Amino acid sequence: MPLLKNNQFVNDEWTRVADADALPEGAKIIVNSARLIQDWDLLAKYTGLLGVSIANNERAEILTPYLSQLSLIVLNFPAYTDGRAYSQAKDLRLDGYRGELRAEGNLLLDQFQFMHQVGFDSFAVNERFALQQWQAASKQMSLAYQRGLFRISGEREVWSQRHQGFAPWEEQPHAG
Amino acid sequence: MYRYDEFDHQFVSERTAQFRDQANRRMSGELTEDEFRPLRLMNGLYLQLHAYMLRVAIPYGTLSGKQMRQLAYIADKYDRGYGHFTTRQNIQYNWIKLEETADILQALADVEMHAIQTSGNCIRNVTTDHWAGAAADELLDPRPIGELIRQWSSLHPEFSFLPRKFKFAITGAPHDRAAVKVHDIGLRAHKNDKGETGWEVMVGGGQGRTPMIAVTVREFLPEKEVIPYMEAIMRVYNLFGRRDNKYKARIKILMHELGAEKFKAEVEAEYARHPVQTTEVEQRELTRIEKYFAQPSFEKMSRFAPHFENAKRENVDFTRWAKNNLATHQVDGYTIVNISLKPEGGIPGDASGEQMRVMATLAERYSFDEMRVSHAQNIVLPHVKLEDTFAIWQVLKANDLAAANYGLIGDIIACPGLDYCALATARSIPIAQAISRKFADVKKQEEYGPVKLNISGCINACGHHHVGHIGILGLDKKGEEFYQITLGGSSSENASIGTILGPGFAAHEVPDAIETILNTYVKLREPGEEFLGAYRRLGPKPFKEALYATA
Repeated sequence: MPLLKNNQFVNDEWTRVADADALPEGAKIIVNSARLIQDWDLLAKYTGLLGVSIANNERAEILTPYLSQLSLIVLNFPAYTDGRAYSQAKDLRLDGYRGELRAEGNLLLDQFQFMHQVGFDSFAVNERFALQQWQAASKQMSLAYQRGLFRISGEREVWSQRHQGFAPWEEQPHAG
Repeated sequence: MYRYDEFDHQFVSERTAQFRDQANRRMSGELTEDEFRPLRLMNGLYLQLHAYMLRVAIPYGTLSGKQMRQLAYIADKYDRGYGHFTTRQNIQYNWIKLEETADILQALADVEMHAIQTSGNCIRNVTTDHWAGAAADELLDPRPIGELIRQWSSLHPEFSFLPRKFKFAITGAPHDRAAVKVHDIGLRAHKNDKGETGWEVMVGGGQGRTPMIAVTVREFLPEKEVIPYMEAIMRVYNLFGRRDNKYKARIKILMHELGAEKFKAEVEAEYARHPVQTTEVEQRELTRIEKYFAQPSFEKMSRFAPHFENAKRENVDFTRWAKNNLATHQVDGYTIVNISLKPEGGIPGDASGEQMRVMATLAERYSFDEMRVSHAQNIVLPHVKLEDTFAIWQVLKANDLAAANYGLIGDIIACPGLDYCALATARSIPIAQAISRKFADVKKQEEYGPVKLNISGCINACGHHHVGHIGILGLDKKGEEFYQITLGGSSSENASIGTILGPGFAAHEVPDAIETILNTYVKLREPGEEFLGAYRRLGPKPFKEALYATA
């Protein structure tokens, strides 16, 4: 499954570590939220980079105490019609998380720009669509009415444009 | 009324181009029907029993002559010469071809209209009081905040894949004509001691299988906080609304299962978790929008309109229409004209292309180029001089638009039912037509006074039967259509859900049953007492007895 980041396919350097497995030294690992919380004393001293995956029925707030030490958070779309991870992503970004935020699951072209706008910046996509289709899908609309978007596709916020001189809702640096 | 600026224009044309691409991908087979479905739904395109149905958004029901002409053009060119005005103040076309849909959307974009989010599990077209800006009892015009919400909710990245559809209704008047208590979110304007505007926020109302009256979660939300507070409600719903069962997925079920206090606490916690840094831009945007809704330049006139009074003396049909279909305006000498789309034996809410053009011309000539679609499926000319009403009535009469039954038993709300709809379990239109014929005599209708009769062809309740003073629900029992009657519903500020009277009726028995109910009311009413008031005093018992006495 290709990993899409900054509109390019890249190698996925992250390893998923199952609950019972030992932690590989100095790697980039993804654990689930239960293990993160349970083994925090150990994981806080981990020598590599730490990522976590949460289910879409978990509250993003459970990660709040750990955010500064996380380099990757993986959110899931079990079906493209299940939009919970959009709110989880937005919550995490509003909470100040600036690391990589990855979408995985049933990802289709037509929701791709929405995902960027709420703060996702990497995508575990399937092989059905070519790179240029993803690239085009990331900027189908050049405008958005909402403010406080996690701007990465370069669309303009209509209200901020109309009323210039005001800072955007939040200054958010590009991540990833 | 609101006009698009360069941004709105660009937004809608990009969206149209995007849909054209999606439709092409579907027609080439690149997209499966399953994948295309949510995309076409986000653009108002349904696949119905016989054809595609396109639902066009008419934000807060307001429309200009030019826009109405374009709707007529679409009806004539792409449909069978008519359109159907809906209970969401929208218009639907029932005979649409997929390959022509992008062209229709372009024709809409040309007159600053679209079909974005008229279906799908997203925030739907915002509705308001159809007398907004004209009603005598109004505190303020609800449309500017409606337009603000329309923009904010358009392709909202976070809230486009909700558990279920989501509907806003807004009223700026104490007498609620927008049914705000039976919407997912209802907003009602209030003013405080300092003269500042605030909005009462009501959440979790709805109809469908589980009708519920909304709960007030904030009594007075400062106007500048409306958008961020709506975001908090939507986020709580998006995260915690049920997704395991589509019949339990609306926000009313979340409200019900959590309990009102827990729900409020969740929303307030979410709202407090991410304090908004500034709402300056939202306030400026609202101020910008408000300018578009400034009152038209009304003439200073006397309350007494001699031509109008003369015409009434000379023409009894006009008098009757004027009495039933005109409503009090904020400004002396002006009135609100309600054009009933419920002619005797007609299909509620249907209008032909020609009728649409006639109404467009009347609006341009007599009503500052403005019309409204009401949720009761009628058309309103909001700002008309009393002196012009006779001329208007003559034109309406010549075009089968002069039914004098506004607000009476003939002014029926009905969904398309099994004649069109893939979800329906029974037909609604023929029932509406039969009742309309039964009570064709307007004099008889007047004797019954104000009555709201609403018909749905299935339990999804698009015909609002739960909140009809008299509600009719069409069901299917072993292949036979039968109709359940409810009494005592209301969508006004004293909202209530109707009570089922007893066993259902066959289609041909329904008009007589309605007559029995109305005659029972006439027999038992106190002087001046309207149907709903009498029912609330008497309860269902006498009506049940009358209906089922011989059964």
